[in-house]
Amino acid sequence: MTETELKNEPMTAPAKLDEPAPVFAAKDSGIERAAKVLIPLAMLALLIVAWAWYVKAYDVPHYILPSPMRVAQALISDWGTLSGALLITLKITFTALAIALVGGVGIAIIMVQSRWVELALYPYAVILQVTPIIAIAPLILIYAPTTQAALLICAWIVAFFPILSNTTQGLKSTDHNLLNLFEMYGASRWQTLIYLKLPNALPYFLAGLRIAGGLALIAAVVAEFAAGSAGAQSGLAYRLLESQFRLNIPRLFAALILLSVTGVVIFGMTSLISHLLLRKWHESALKREN
Amino acid sequence: MTNLTAPTAATASSPTAEKPLVCLRGVSKVFSNGTTALQDMTMDIRQGEFISLLGPSGCGKSTVLRIIAGLGDPSSGTIEWPTSGHDASGKAHPEISFVFQEPTLMPWATVFNNVWLPLRLKGASKKDAQDQVLEALEMVGLEKFTDAYPRELSGGMKMRVSIARALVTRPKLLLMDEPFAALDEITRFKLNNDLLHLWEKFGWTVIFVTHSVFESVYLSNRIVVMAARPGRVVNDMRVDAPYPREEEFRTSSVYNDYCRDASGALHAAMGANDHL
Repeated sequence: MTETELKNEPMTAPAKLDEPAPVFAAKDSGIERAAKVLIPLAMLALLIVAWAWYVKAYDVPHYILPSPMRVAQALISDWGTLSGALLITLKITFTALAIALVGGVGIAIIMVQSRWVELALYPYAVILQVTPIIAIAPLILIYAPTTQAALLICAWIVAFFPILSNTTQGLKSTDHNLLNLFEMYGASRWQTLIYLKLPNALPYFLAGLRIAGGLALIAAVVAEFAAGSAGAQSGLAYRLLESQFRLNIPRLFAALILLSVTGVVIFGMTSLISHLLLRKWHESALKREN
Repeated sequence: MTNLTAPTAATASSPTAEKPLVCLRGVSKVFSNGTTALQDMTMDIRQGEFISLLGPSGCGKSTVLRIIAGLGDPSSGTIEWPTSGHDASGKAHPEISFVFQEPTLMPWATVFNNVWLPLRLKGASKKDAQDQVLEALEMVGLEKFTDAYPRELSGGMKMRVSIARALVTRPKLLLMDEPFAALDEITRFKLNNDLLHLWEKFGWTVIFVTHSVFESVYLSNRIVVMAARPGRVVNDMRVDAPYPREEEFRTSSVYNDYCRDASGALHAAMGANDHL
């Protein structure tokens, strides 16, 4: 671009000096990507081999520490019982998470719209959160119509707060100048919420969702421990307790593995959702080359 | 506040000259902490003027801009819009746009969607707004970056998007609050030139807040010098150098003389109790 062009053309295309900073979507080289998967897998194999060797070498009885083979066997032979329990735990966890999501975001929006509502509700949301769920569970078990409903309420209480507090924070931390801009263009409350406040709160909400996902599972398990329910509607936590009572340690391990895998899958899902929604624009999803 | 927009006899009965775009009459602003940000400012802004509000920090120049923009009411005094439409309640609806010191873009929206925003808030669909948005982006030379996100742009380009967003509504009055202060000098000079070209072409009225003597002289045909504690107007000078002004103007002796005058007025404005 020559000097004269710059002068004569109104607002010419940006000159060399005005070029965008290089920004890359988070993308790794092939080797790094393979390593990300292979190293944890190798570590897992190593651990299982060490475990198997230890049990065999020291002749550990299976009711103290079963070998990995026995755990795998239990997982297969007891799959009928365990999968049913897994489904129930999943149902409670995801239902609680879904209600927490709707309720948390909904109440956050209402609280941000009105200072009075916030003053009225927020302290109780905090009290609900800081009181250990295991201490409230016995009461809820008495009041709730069914054990399932009680578990659901416990999981909801725990999952609800991170979503509420994060979304509230996100809604409130909207750029003041952008709010002024919306005001100047005569935006309605609704428009300001939809076009400005909610998108601004999205990263905060997603961080809350990631915490809430893990917490919902934990609370579902803890509440079931407190309930100690039996029968056809029992979740993984009850199967775990039951296995302990019967010294069926391989099955206990199998149930434990299922719970861990569930936790990892929930974390993976919420992380994936977060990545997909933020990858285009948010700092957390961008990688800069220095 | 009720008399904010009521036309006074003085402005209504002056048919001779062209009506000013905005009239400030004894406008003061006292913040809730007791600070007098602005004291008794009276000023007529005529159509087509390029006014710089020049002064040290704390002189209320940004406060004036915000009051004119309708962000916050003055503590006393009135603002009149003799040529703008008024609604049934007597409230004026001037066609204003504002450019902040920061680009103030929505990071989650593409360049196109950011520029579309003012029209979108008025109910224009993406399809209806498309021509106007592309035209505004073309004015600032960013028509190739419609799908980029702000994060991918340099500081100067973000500011161009911000200017395009201000221009997309075809405002009569463009308010700019130190828009180029955070940019490097090379980018700032270029944006100064581009802004002047657009102003010459479209002839809106501009109120430009700056603390740079050199920027104010280069751009404007009228400089209002302000002083701090309390914020007030101390000098109102004209810069009669003809447009178009190009790079040669920056090095001319006329430019130099005006800079010396403005600088002198600014120093006179800053009393002995001003510690910078």
